[in-house]
Amino acid sequence: MRARSIETLVGLFMLAGIVALLVLALKVSGLSSYVGGTGYIVTANFDNVGDLKIRAPVTISGVRVGAITKIQLDKTTFKAVVTMKINADQNEIPADTSASIYTQGLLGSNYISLNPGYDQTVLKNGSVIGNTHPALILEDLIGQLLFSLKNPSK
Amino acid sequence: MSVLLKKIQLLGRSGLSYCQEIGKAGIFLTNTLVRKPRFGKSFPLLIEQLFSVGVLSVIIIIVSALFIGMVLGLQGYNTLTQYASSQQLGVLVAKSVVRELGPVICALLFAGRAGSALTAEIGLMKATEQLDSMEMMGVDPLWRVIAPRFWAGFIAMPVLEIIFSAVAIFGGYLVGVEWLGVDGGSFWGNMQASVAFHEDIVNGIIKSIVFGFVVTWIAVYQGYATVPTAEGIGRATTRTVVYSSLAVLGLDFVLTAVMMGGW
Repeated sequence: MRARSIETLVGLFMLAGIVALLVLALKVSGLSSYVGGTGYIVTANFDNVGDLKIRAPVTISGVRVGAITKIQLDKTTFKAVVTMKINADQNEIPADTSASIYTQGLLGSNYISLNPGYDQTVLKNGSVIGNTHPALILEDLIGQLLFSLKNPSK
Repeated sequence: MSVLLKKIQLLGRSGLSYCQEIGKAGIFLTNTLVRKPRFGKSFPLLIEQLFSVGVLSVIIIIVSALFIGMVLGLQGYNTLTQYASSQQLGVLVAKSVVRELGPVICALLFAGRAGSALTAEIGLMKATEQLDSMEMMGVDPLWRVIAPRFWAGFIAMPVLEIIFSAVAIFGGYLVGVEWLGVDGGSFWGNMQASVAFHEDIVNGIIKSIVFGFVVTWIAVYQGYATVPTAEGIGRATTRTVVYSSLAVLGLDFVLTAVMMGGW
């Protein structure tokens, strides 16, 4: 009886090790990217997503309403297609909502902010957000600044 | 003049005996490992040792991992908020735990918890002449006593390290996300974007395999080479903890330089 309980405990120990390894592999190093929870899928096309990453938050007025699940490149328009999952209880977002990519703090990571419009129809599973603002790239801004400084006549 | 000569002689003698000791430990290890495998009979012995070396160490590993992760989360958050980049907390916690703190602290705890127990156990067996009487009965003590303990430590250490890392990251998550209010998505997302499975996690596991090998080797050998008195057992146990802690910290630097330092 004692021998068997020792074997069971050793088996549990090994099992705990395997489970922890799976957690490290999947959850920490992101071998598979999976965003849990129920919700509906909305996509938006951006000119530039900057440093946006999978699982970054989607917010309205700073409150988190969903997460980004996929970032792809459209092969014909060469725009970035960002797929996001909005929480199921946020089901009254107007269809003419616009999406912008902002940065958390000066050096932080990027996230998507939704600015609700006034449309009577709402975003549904598979909707596409048409009105988007790309990420601000710091180098572009500096470039524009330098250009306008060099050409003050404008 | 002759005083100086004597000092030099003393130095030479201690150097020689040091080399001798390392050689003995090496021969001892080869004798333990290189032998005809007898799986059917060794396996139950191994399970028993895995229980006392591995399973009984789980509690201390989990508790210390939780607190280390929580402290990392707290300290990291306070520093990162000054640069408005607290969403990088996940990266900070995961990278430091998986690469360094996990293998090293786990090995130090393991040396204190399991290594000292191994030494004391084997030392007492030697002091009470159990090892000699086994040999009298035709049972090889290296096979019956030493080998299962060595393999158990070697196997248990990486498993404990993996559990340690996972729990510590969970501790960082508890403090950072649940308590201090870092966004959970950025916490995991940034972590996954910058932690690589092979470079970070597998290298950490390789480190802990090496540490497990060294720590159990030192513990088992110190026990086997004990001076068979009460005082000798005490000294051997102390030596096990001191030597294995130093070996772990030194080897950690070398391994980091080789695997991650681009050396």
